[in-house]
Amino acid sequence: MAAGGATFGAAAVQQALAPLAELSGGFTLDEFLQRHYKQLSREDMEEVLDRLERKTLEEYDREVQIEDIRPIPGVQFGYALNLSLCIGCRKCVEACHKENNHDRATYNSYIRVLEMEKGGNDLEESSVTYDHVVPQRKKFYMPVQCHQCDNPPCVKACITKATWKEADGIVVVDYNWCIGCRYCISACPYEARRFNWTKPEIPAEEINPGQSYLTNRVRPVGVVEKCTFCAHRTRVGRLPACLEACPTGSRVFGNMLDPKSEIRWVLENKRVYILKAELGTLPRFFYFFDE
Amino acid sequence: MAWVLAAVLLVGCDGFTDESREFGPPVTGEPTHSVVIESPQTLGVVDSPLLDVNGTPIGVGCETCHGPTQARSWAATPGEPFHTGVGVTVDGVRKLDHHGELRCDNCHSPDRLTVHLADGTTLNLADTMLLCAQCHGPQYRDYQRGSHGGMTGFWDLRQGPRSRNNCVVCHAPHSPHYEPRMPAPGPRDWYLREKPTAAKEPASEEKSSDLGDGHGN
Repeated sequence: MAAGGATFGAAAVQQALAPLAELSGGFTLDEFLQRHYKQLSREDMEEVLDRLERKTLEEYDREVQIEDIRPIPGVQFGYALNLSLCIGCRKCVEACHKENNHDRATYNSYIRVLEMEKGGNDLEESSVTYDHVVPQRKKFYMPVQCHQCDNPPCVKACITKATWKEADGIVVVDYNWCIGCRYCISACPYEARRFNWTKPEIPAEEINPGQSYLTNRVRPVGVVEKCTFCAHRTRVGRLPACLEACPTGSRVFGNMLDPKSEIRWVLENKRVYILKAELGTLPRFFYFFDE
Repeated sequence: MAWVLAAVLLVGCDGFTDESREFGPPVTGEPTHSVVIESPQTLGVVDSPLLDVNGTPIGVGCETCHGPTQARSWAATPGEPFHTGVGVTVDGVRKLDHHGELRCDNCHSPDRLTVHLADGTTLNLADTMLLCAQCHGPQYRDYQRGSHGGMTGFWDLRQGPRSRNNCVVCHAPHSPHYEPRMPAPGPRDWYLREKPTAAKEPASEEKSSDLGDGHGN
């Protein structure tokens, strides 16, 4: 009886581990056993980055450099957008699509531009798929992306701690830790998160080779992804890709701790509006108006 | 067994186990890089009705006809074909918009190579922003504070330079209206497909009479 139970137990274990043995298609045991981002030492991280670079070369036939870029001490990022200037041209959407290695088939992007009726702010009545000459006289345009909330509902909703807020205020996702449950997507009041329903398809020559672990590396299928204010750029002092692409200069970005920064001038001198302020999410993304 | 595994996986997720990884290297010191403003150094050219061998219009400088040695009047002649390239399309008609009621010599100096302020102070073409600022003070203030006109490069001038545009790079000085344009493509996610009712937006939406004035508001 005991021997029979042991045999049965071994068979059950073998049965349970069968999916592991069948792991293929680039999903290795190393990947399966990889620890949480915050638990990796510098040496572990080097190995992970090497492995991800090799994987991108295998799957997308493109040599890329993936780095682990950390926050600059004494920097708190803030972003503001001028609703009086925005013309809804979607140049920011396009720039995000290219910079962050999004899936070409869905034309995915972390930014959605809402075309809204002037005289109100009913988000339900807005259009994101408008396809006509802009700007229309009776409309205004409101690009929405991750607000990097200081009280982030998405982080609270995550059951695996795969998403968290970094020291410079950016909410990030460990794309190797996310299990794709999408609770964070439900929790986000700004519809800022995206899910990779399919494996992202990008032609090799279009892949942006300057990548970082937490931001624009090509994400695997089945994980949630989000805007990081282009942390791979902004953490080395550069401006976000969406800001550089804006032809009107609607977008203002900077370090909120620096009293001489552009973002501080806007927050102190312009009429600033916080989207869904009543939810208490404390965003770091602000809208403002000219006189 | 599973509980142990789960405990091992979850413990320590709240902070970095290797604290040296939490921050990158600090950046200190005063800003050392500068802001470069892309400015035109010369007057632009006007597309003439004549085409070159490639079929592109031949550009003619203003001073070719209006130069100090020419007898041609400084005042613009209505319907003058050389001026069809200066202007903006309104309701399908190319109009020569002279920036409100302004005449050429309100801004251009008689030497045609410089411009001048209302008080007569001569400016090089690279400094035309001061000319625009005479009437567009709030825009000039916003530009100086970084909330108009955009920029590329670095937000942190301790780490790299920044490049900005002169007013006339985006606003043609003779027709400063920011022209309406087609947007880049929208999202194509399956869950964003337009509902049947929303797809029946009236076609009159696209009439140019409904176009904005070049500003969001």
